[in-house]
Amino acid sequence: MRKLLLLTTVILVGLVFIARLFYLQVYNSSAYNIFEDTAIRKEYNYPKRGYVYDRNGKLLVANQPSYDVMVIPREVKPLDSLELNEFCELLKITREEYDKKLKRATNYSPRLSSPFVQQLSKKDYAVLQEKMRKFEGFYIQKRSLRSYQTNIGANVLGDLGEVNRQTIKNQPYYVLGDLIGKQGVEKTYEEVLRGVKGIKFIQKDRFNKNIGPFKEGALDTLPQPGKDITITIDSELQAYGELLMKNKRGGIVAIDPQSGEILAMVTGPSYNPNLLVGRERNKNFSRLFRDTINMPTFDRGLQAQYAPGSPFKVINALIGLQEGVVSVNETFPCRMGYYYGNRRLTGCHHHKSPVSMNSGIAQSCNAYFVNVYRRIVDKYDDAGDGMNIWAKHAKSFGLGNFLNNDLSVGQPGRIPDGDYYDKAYGDNRWGSTYIVSNAIGQGEVEATPIQLANMAAAIGNRGYYYTPHIIKDIEGDTIDIKYRTPKYTTIDKEHFEPIVQGMFDVYNEGTAKHIRVPGIDICGKTGTAENFIKIDGVKTQLTDHSIFVAFAPKDNPKIAIAVFVENGYWGGRFAGRMASLMIEKYIKGHITRTDLEKWILTHSLENEYKKPYSGEPFKINGETTLQVIDNYAIENPNQSNVKL
Amino acid sequence: MLRENQRRFKFDWITIILFLLLLGFGYLNILSASHEGEITSYFDTSQLYGKHLVFIGLTFLLIVLILSFEAKFYEQFASLIYLVAILALIGLFIFGKDVNGARSWYGIGSMTIQPSEFAKFATALAVAKYISDLQTNMQTLKDQLRVTAIIFIPALLILLQNDAGSTIVYLAFFFVFYREGLQQVYLIIALSLILLAVLSLKFGILITAIVTILVIASIYFFSKKKRGSILQYIVALLVCISFSYGVKLFYQHGLKVHQQNRISLWLRLEKDPAKLERMKKAEAYNLIQSEQAISSGGISGKGFLQGTRTTGKFVPEQHTDYIFSTVGEEWGFLGTSFVVLIFVLLIIRILYLAEGQKSQFSRVYGYGVASILFVHFTINIGMVMGLIPTVGIPLPFFSYGGSGLWGFTILLFIFIKLDSNKINEW
Repeated sequence: MRKLLLLTTVILVGLVFIARLFYLQVYNSSAYNIFEDTAIRKEYNYPKRGYVYDRNGKLLVANQPSYDVMVIPREVKPLDSLELNEFCELLKITREEYDKKLKRATNYSPRLSSPFVQQLSKKDYAVLQEKMRKFEGFYIQKRSLRSYQTNIGANVLGDLGEVNRQTIKNQPYYVLGDLIGKQGVEKTYEEVLRGVKGIKFIQKDRFNKNIGPFKEGALDTLPQPGKDITITIDSELQAYGELLMKNKRGGIVAIDPQSGEILAMVTGPSYNPNLLVGRERNKNFSRLFRDTINMPTFDRGLQAQYAPGSPFKVINALIGLQEGVVSVNETFPCRMGYYYGNRRLTGCHHHKSPVSMNSGIAQSCNAYFVNVYRRIVDKYDDAGDGMNIWAKHAKSFGLGNFLNNDLSVGQPGRIPDGDYYDKAYGDNRWGSTYIVSNAIGQGEVEATPIQLANMAAAIGNRGYYYTPHIIKDIEGDTIDIKYRTPKYTTIDKEHFEPIVQGMFDVYNEGTAKHIRVPGIDICGKTGTAENFIKIDGVKTQLTDHSIFVAFAPKDNPKIAIAVFVENGYWGGRFAGRMASLMIEKYIKGHITRTDLEKWILTHSLENEYKKPYSGEPFKINGETTLQVIDNYAIENPNQSNVKL
Repeated sequence: MLRENQRRFKFDWITIILFLLLLGFGYLNILSASHEGEITSYFDTSQLYGKHLVFIGLTFLLIVLILSFEAKFYEQFASLIYLVAILALIGLFIFGKDVNGARSWYGIGSMTIQPSEFAKFATALAVAKYISDLQTNMQTLKDQLRVTAIIFIPALLILLQNDAGSTIVYLAFFFVFYREGLQQVYLIIALSLILLAVLSLKFGILITAIVTILVIASIYFFSKKKRGSILQYIVALLVCISFSYGVKLFYQHGLKVHQQNRISLWLRLEKDPAKLERMKKAEAYNLIQSEQAISSGGISGKGFLQGTRTTGKFVPEQHTDYIFSTVGEEWGFLGTSFVVLIFVLLIIRILYLAEGQKSQFSRVYGYGVASILFVHFTINIGMVMGLIPTVGIPLPFFSYGGSGLWGFTILLFIFIKLDSNKINEW
């Protein structure tokens, strides 16, 4: 017995030790991760971010150096008040801000570095650098900021912002203080543009002193520079679009139908991209994002879902031909609207009657398209089946769904189908007469300007389109195959010719007669969409939206465009003029219809936009007078050669 | 029947191999824990690893020396060796040198020597000598007191030199006494007192008293046959309660602040978060760093010379008392369990050999060796892993330091010599 005491104790202790070691080293220990090893300091070397060029090789976005003061709170040596004053003065902050920033950094982590004061100017940096040694725990991290070579295209180019904690959690590549693309191509091509940062692992001792490279630098990596990209935007066209959009709200999207390349992507109101660079970024950013009336950061070309109005009629015409429910020459009477029994379902404006397909499009006759639309829906016994067929065709034009492209924002729009109305009215408790508004692009149909531009491209191409995209070229890389593959609509090619002719006649003798551009065969379609908002809970009608969709030239089109001007009244008034100007600008390179240009630049809709917020009753549409402004363009006779 | 030269070399090779494994592996870890920058020469004696290599070289000379003496020598001169060791300890008060607040070193030129490391084997020899005397009977109080005095004298001297850690090692001899006939009741009392002390510190005197009353009352009611007078139980109870009170008093007033804090950390007594935070930077700093280093090693470790916390010298005293954390970081669970296993095997082997000794002197001495190694092993590794409060004693054959290494080598090899001689004894 006595012999066993020590023996059993020894064995027992051995077992306890091995259990404890198992707990410490196996159970409680995660796989070794050098990034979590506090004994290794990680120093980053940021590569050059790729430049952005426009389709003509013009540099749009470059870089400029920037200097951040970083802090490791644990290593900060308390400063006496003299030193503290000096330091604050160098950084241009107050004592209170100093305390606040230090506290915030400590809260994040006393051991890890976090940004203290960001984006010092070159001058401040030069002064500070000399004295940096005195302030232990602080160091300067050089970074690269964007330098915009232009004042346009904020919504296209996007901006860089500091990466947030959520992103860091999901993408461990980033560390606090890194910059990441927040909008536009900066966001969608972040990984291409940023490159890969280099990293140096440095062995620290327990006093946080560097001892030397970890493993002789075997794990260190060199930074890989970001790649330059060329985007499809024609910066001159973009600038011109932004000029035209001044004092208006809406969007312009222009696409090259033969490649799906987006030539211009205008939203109004917009802002100068330079506002989101440098130390003022945060202030400007919140000012822009909090402007819920003008919403300058809301890209109306991509995100605004409007009722497409009359341009959508051509889709109904195409579907009618494809489904064989109407022939090109068949005519319908129009008695200032469409009558169902004695009830007028839609009104129409004054024009010759009866109308064939060609004049139906050219004159934008509502009654004609309600007839066609009802025949499509009623082709099958069940209106739901008819609607589903109709929706399938409409969707093949890229409507009613996300385009799934390389833009950072987008909206699906809406193409309702049978299920949609079954839900709304109940199964089989509805018929074609319930939903005739879709015939003329009102009702439940919604689309974004880019979807309408793409629709125009598909018509111009007689039945196919390339997914609209912004990337033209990546340095040393190819662009996604999906942007080089045509997508076909469900409408046969031969049905397009009469429709194209109809759209051509819109310019020749129809609703866009007055905005013809000499020498260019433009096919277009005007649109005028009623719209309502709620003011203090009361549904109130506002002045109609002005819409125009076009492509040119008629054969082998080079440009397809959609213009949307909020509360611009009828389609030819604002949107049509702007579309004609954009087309001329792109195809000819200069403007001959200076009368149109002058009209656009001297007319503002600002007063129109103020009405709903005025709190007073107001008039709309024909009862209003248009605001004429003293635009600088008047003072510059050569206004079409706008400086970028 | 056996020829003279054959008898002479009958050393226990298993023990020697285990010893060599510890020595070699220990050296590798000291190299890792002490090198700064590139290692230019392993024999660079300006570096700790270079010095330790010299110590190891001298260790082999020492081994040859120890083994070359006649086995009888150690038994005959045990008292003298003990006396020299005591004198060396006393001499410290006059000629000693203060290092880290403990007066435990003699300085000879640039070298320092720590006599308390040598006092261990001397005490073990003296205890063996006394117990193996035919006159001695461990069952009697007189002999118990005398043999306690043998260990008490060096223990007290070491305690007076401010080296509380090394003092605790002398408790190891309890195992020896128990093996040699100390009554069972001592074991029960010792265990009870340890339990009582921990209970009083952790839960306070009131709860301890209640538990004690319940336990003593149930002993009284369940042992009907030879229950004895109720007065005995009341006295026992009072003794227990006053012991509990004494422990609390001693903890609060008898201990130095850092000792108090170490115990407080171990038993998690501190509830004030601000104070706890302060302790983490002071008393608990070593422990936290050491545990993190061990944890970070994972299953297979970061590799020899690749430990980032070791290289960064995050664990203070890593080459001496905290050497085991280097094993943990660089060799992982495989390395640490290997070391634990080697120690357990070594101690068991010594116990096995001790039980097989024909002379009582050899057996008692062997038991002493096993007990001392065991206590060092338990306290050191337990401390490094946070299982017991921080007590600064080295890991035998492993930690950096000449005195320690030689002290343990002498301790072990005297026994190997005694063991090799057993076939010559009748």
